Amino acid sequence: MRMPTTELAERSVMAGDGATMVDVSGLNVGFKNAKGLVRAVNGVDLQLKRGEVLALLGESGSGKSVTLRALIRLNPEHKSIVSGRIVVAGTDVTTLAPEAMQDFRGGVASMIFQDPGLALDPVYRVGDQIAETVMRHKKVSRQEARKRALELFERVRIPSPERRLDAYPHELSGGMRQRAMIALSLSCDPQVLLADEPTTALDATVQIQILLLLRELQRDLGLTVIFVTHDIGVAVEVADRIAVMYAGRIVETGPVAEVIRGARHPYTLGLLATRAHGGRLQGRRLRTIPGNPPDLASLPPGCPFAPRCSSVEARCREIEPPLVELGPAHRMRCVLGT
Amino acid sequence: MNLHTPAPPPPIDIAQTVANSPGYWTTVGQRLLRDKVTLFFGAVLLLIVLMAIFAPLIAPADPYKTNIIRRLKEIGFPGHPLGTDQTGRDMLSRLIYGGRLSLFMGVMPVINALIIGGMLGVIAGYMGGAVNSAIMRTMDIFYAFPSVLLAIAISGALGAGIGNAILSLSIVFIPPIARVAETITTQVRNLDYVEAARASGASSLRIIRIHVLSNVLGAIFVYATSLVSVSIILASGLSFLGLGTKPPEPEWGLMLNELRQAIYVNPYVAALPGVMIFMTSLSFNLLSDGLRSAMDLKS
Repeated sequence: MRMPTTELAERSVMAGDGATMVDVSGLNVGFKNAKGLVRAVNGVDLQLKRGEVLALLGESGSGKSVTLRALIRLNPEHKSIVSGRIVVAGTDVTTLAPEAMQDFRGGVASMIFQDPGLALDPVYRVGDQIAETVMRHKKVSRQEARKRALELFERVRIPSPERRLDAYPHELSGGMRQRAMIALSLSCDPQVLLADEPTTALDATVQIQILLLLRELQRDLGLTVIFVTHDIGVAVEVADRIAVMYAGRIVETGPVAEVIRGARHPYTLGLLATRAHGGRLQGRRLRTIPGNPPDLASLPPGCPFAPRCSSVEARCREIEPPLVELGPAHRMRCVLGT
Repeated sequence: MNLHTPAPPPPIDIAQTVANSPGYWTTVGQRLLRDKVTLFFGAVLLLIVLMAIFAPLIAPADPYKTNIIRRLKEIGFPGHPLGTDQTGRDMLSRLIYGGRLSLFMGVMPVINALIIGGMLGVIAGYMGGAVNSAIMRTMDIFYAFPSVLLAIAISGALGAGIGNAILSLSIVFIPPIARVAETITTQVRNLDYVEAARASGASSLRIIRIHVLSNVLGAIFVYATSLVSVSIILASGLSFLGLGTKPPEPEWGLMLNELRQAIYVNPYVAALPGVMIFMTSLSFNLLSDGLRSAMDLKS
């Protein structure tokens, strides 16, 4: 995906002047399984102001989805161990009672899923699913809830919305389904939107439409968005800031322009180098980062990226990489900066 | 050079396409209508059920009235189109009335098991972990005994009677229904749309009511239909052994037992209750097969 470079600078200035909406610090999430404890997230810090869009970038298994789910306590409770501070929209999520948590999900923070074909119940008409959620959060009649669903369908620009409300998920195209999913997640006026790779399951042409829609909705409704993706192009398209995750840690974070143009962490540099440059470099081998992500059940001491790092030093395998300030909002975890 | 001027695409009336697409149950109905076998046995079953319900209006004679002179008459005897039994009671009337008890004793245990077993299965499947193990391993204990033996053992221990027979059969059918419900619930529980429902604030109860039950009910309902055929046979078997209905009540299984001695005198009449049991059981079985394939839209 092409980068609209001219927009980059102004965008980072525009956003992020409101109250803190997401405040996560020292977040650890582990999953218990037969082998022991899988450390999916290790000491993640995230701060987002109202109206900011953050892209969590990383490959599969880097802990980005788990981080996202931790914000609304969606990880299986009896199988996971969560520690750290999670405050979303002024509410401490970790201490919320189950009933209050249910009001919180959808009402304050809601989520968009990767595959809308799986995230919508196949046996219910999409309009009914939205109406059901509206009725759950706001004490309104079914008729009013339907009206709200229609409004939302118009909002996400589904053509002939009245009839689409009565369609089953399998009768809609992938893009249309994701629009319905977005309508569902916005149905109860959330302040924080968590998007878990919402464009990964879609065609390239539909992807850009959905991204533009999300960006537009975010601006109009003043949403705070955390956008999980493994596609740098997508991250650049939607986000004000990028946080790159590796092995459950944020290795580099900063405004989009700074991270893309002035990346310092070897992993971020590696990711940027792996991008396919359209047709310009046709016939050449794509660059890859050698090796595989580490086993999260038995992390080695020191930097988890060390085994794959091109500029690895002896101390990388011994000490935890320190947090290095590269700019006013640009930080990374690596010994290189010291 | 005019390379390529794409003609404007013809306007597609998307709205029309959407409005015309039928719902799930409409499609199931249409598929059932095309399935002649299922339709036929459905009709047979409907006939048997209607016969049982309207027995007092249909039966030509009193099913309890004995006649010592006209004992064990053959089929086609004047006044008794299907003959008489060992005490001279009209067979046709007794077969019609017999449907009431036989169907009741066949269907009731399955309904009981559907409610209790379904609930246990959904709870086990949804809660998972220790709750699942506790419920499902208890169910497995019942699997250790053959169902007929288990029904006889429970009935025998509790004493003869319709109530005890229904109770024992209910216990026999709870484990298989719970197992089906548990399997489906476990599958549904891990699907994305259940997580999506949780992410939009649905409670566990709400998820079960809205998302799990809609998936579980169809499947266990079809399975229960097939169990009715087994249940009718087992109920008749219990009555045959004297553990269900007591004489002089008309019930197919009991009638079969009572006519046992007449098998050499008048074999066709003696076989009639068996024919009824067979027809009813077969109809339920084929109906269940038909429903299953009609409701499985993937095939």
